[in-house]
Amino acid sequence: MRFGDLLAFNFKAIRRQRARSIMLLIAIAIGVLAINLLTGIGEGGKQFVLGEFDILGKNVLIMVPGKKETTGGIPPLTGETTRDLSLRDAEAILRLPNVSAVAPLIPGKIEISHGSLSREAFTIGTNRAFFPMRKLELAQGSILPEVPMDQAVSVCVIGSKLRRELFGSRPALGQWLRAGDSRFRVIGILKDRGQGMSLDMNDAIMIPVASAQSLFNTEGLFRIFIELRGLQELDKSRQRITDLLKNRHDGEEDVTIITQDSLLSAFANILDTMTLTVAGIAAISMLVAGILIMNVSLIAVSQRTSEIGLLKALGLPARTVRLIFLTEAMMMAAGGALVGLVISQVLLFMARQTYPSVPFATPSWAMLGSITVAMFTALIFSAIPARRAANMVPVDALLDKTAG
Amino acid sequence: MIELRQLCRDFLVGDQTVHALDHLDLNIDKGEYLSVMGPSGSGKSTLLNMLGLLDKPSAGEYLLNGTATSGLKEEQRASLRGGHIGFVFQSYHLIPRLNARENIELPLVLAGVAPKLRQPRVDELLARLDLVDRAEHIPNQLSGGQRQRVAIGRAIVMEPDLLLADEPTGNLDSKSGLEVVTLLEELNAGGITLLVVTHDENMGARARRRLHMIDGAISRDWQTDSAESKSILTAKPPTGKPLTQKTDGKAPGEF
Ligand SMILES: Nc1ncnc2c1ncn2[C@@H]1O[C@H](COP(=O)(O)OP(=O)(O)O)[C@@H](O)[C@H]1O
Ligand SMILES: [Mg+2]
Repeated sequence: MRFGDLLAFNFKAIRRQRARSIMLLIAIAIGVLAINLLTGIGEGGKQFVLGEFDILGKNVLIMVPGKKETTGGIPPLTGETTRDLSLRDAEAILRLPNVSAVAPLIPGKIEISHGSLSREAFTIGTNRAFFPMRKLELAQGSILPEVPMDQAVSVCVIGSKLRRELFGSRPALGQWLRAGDSRFRVIGILKDRGQGMSLDMNDAIMIPVASAQSLFNTEGLFRIFIELRGLQELDKSRQRITDLLKNRHDGEEDVTIITQDSLLSAFANILDTMTLTVAGIAAISMLVAGILIMNVSLIAVSQRTSEIGLLKALGLPARTVRLIFLTEAMMMAAGGALVGLVISQVLLFMARQTYPSVPFATPSWAMLGSITVAMFTALIFSAIPARRAANMVPVDALLDKTAG
Repeated sequence: MIELRQLCRDFLVGDQTVHALDHLDLNIDKGEYLSVMGPSGSGKSTLLNMLGLLDKPSAGEYLLNGTATSGLKEEQRASLRGGHIGFVFQSYHLIPRLNARENIELPLVLAGVAPKLRQPRVDELLARLDLVDRAEHIPNQLSGGQRQRVAIGRAIVMEPDLLLADEPTGNLDSKSGLEVVTLLEELNAGGITLLVVTHDENMGARARRRLHMIDGAISRDWQTDSAESKSILTAKPPTGKPLTQKTDGKAPGEF
């Protein structure tokens, strides 16, 4: 039997037993959907978090206002705070031994315009140290100037995409941008960087932290990045920073210090749980689908007893009879897998539209794996029915007089 | 062509053994036209299944073109069935989801014949069987006579040497029954060996050689006056070229 004829023959049989085929299709689709969706979400979350921290070296600490770290879980990235982190705190930290640099951070969104063109841009108030710490490279010009942190200067560095959108092919360096009531002169343009980071610098404008304070009318810092001279005394340095802040904040321990390690290990726990959940859901749904496949195929075999007898009378060898039932189950599984895959990708696409900064995407191993598992499930659970069909004695099968 | 030697087929029903075929001897030559009659349960269907390699004897030997079939593997039996033997059943055994054309085409599909080569062969048969305007109908939309003609088309599409028909007219009215028998006789005139099991004395009397079975044995085996019994056929000879003419000259049992 030719392969194309086999598929066509099976397809007609699948269409004929529509209700059961659809049931089976859904069972497989749910399994594949679950695997692809969950791994897609997990991978997106992972990339989101790693994106923010992987470009920081191991020797960079992140200070976040608010205290919740004792449990060892994910620290409050957006948590409410009792006391602001101030520029003075940042300056004090910089004076500690073993601290080589600090970069304050005040983020915001504001309308940026040049001439008739305007655009809402991600705005970062920071200082010169921020650039080497986040490994930002320039395509043109220079980074923010070396000035005291509390000094506002009307200059900015912009991302490559923002430059394109505001200036097109015209030169941007030295031009003035308007942001709210302030004006900033472009002194540097960042190199184009790939996507996948939560803070998309291609779209951003960086201004001195003091300028951001007045622009957004805020005093408190959102983050302080602290770069240590070396890793040897990480715990000790961290303790010293904690003590310093406690001292400065009237004896209250109201900041959280995140290290890359603590964050990654906390996240690894979540990922492990997630992976287990995915595996569990996959196993259960595939088991259910497998049992369904077995029953559907067994019913099909007994309903088609007379047909099997006929096929054998017409000269079809046992192995081809078996192949018919195996490929039929695999075709249904493939259909279900495809449906599950498409739905999961549509849902992830919608998630990306809703949360553009999180790169939700199913890793390719999960895509391939889910399809492979679905096909194997079909193969394994249809083996018994297929063998039953193949072993039928033609004359007995023909005695079944149900055929038209 | 066919030689049965002391062939037995026993069935165990409960703790009783039924001798469906009881030390049966039979020789059939190529091109013969036989009818098999006898009371229900006398072993007619069992004999046909045996000849069609659908069943295996409990004892004795079945020689097909001089080859002992007891030594054949299941695979070889299947391939002999596919290439050299055609079956026509009382209950048609058409596949309900396939239309007339696809049912006739099925043996070619199963044998892996290319679609380009299948098409003209099936078209020719549809025309020959007067089914051209029924080609796209599924069995449920066909009359009994039409269904049996489709089944005959399927039985001969591989150009077999042996055609086995088990009560082919059993479910048909006398008019469609006569059409079907006439069709089978035309095929026999084209060279195919034909065995028809029937309950109808008129049908049985049309064959050149007649078998009567009782209790798994042949109780009577006689030649009829062919000129008399084949009057209808000779009055209306088959038209066109014979359907079952082999082009490769391969004899059954050659594998
Ligand atoms: N698969 C079977 N199992 C048990 N007994 C069978 C089977 N097939 C046929 N028989 C028995 O063998 C005998 C011959 O049956 P069969 O060849 O069908 O007779 P006929 O076709 O002449 O009516 C009957 O007694 C029948 O009950
Ligand atoms: Mg019978």
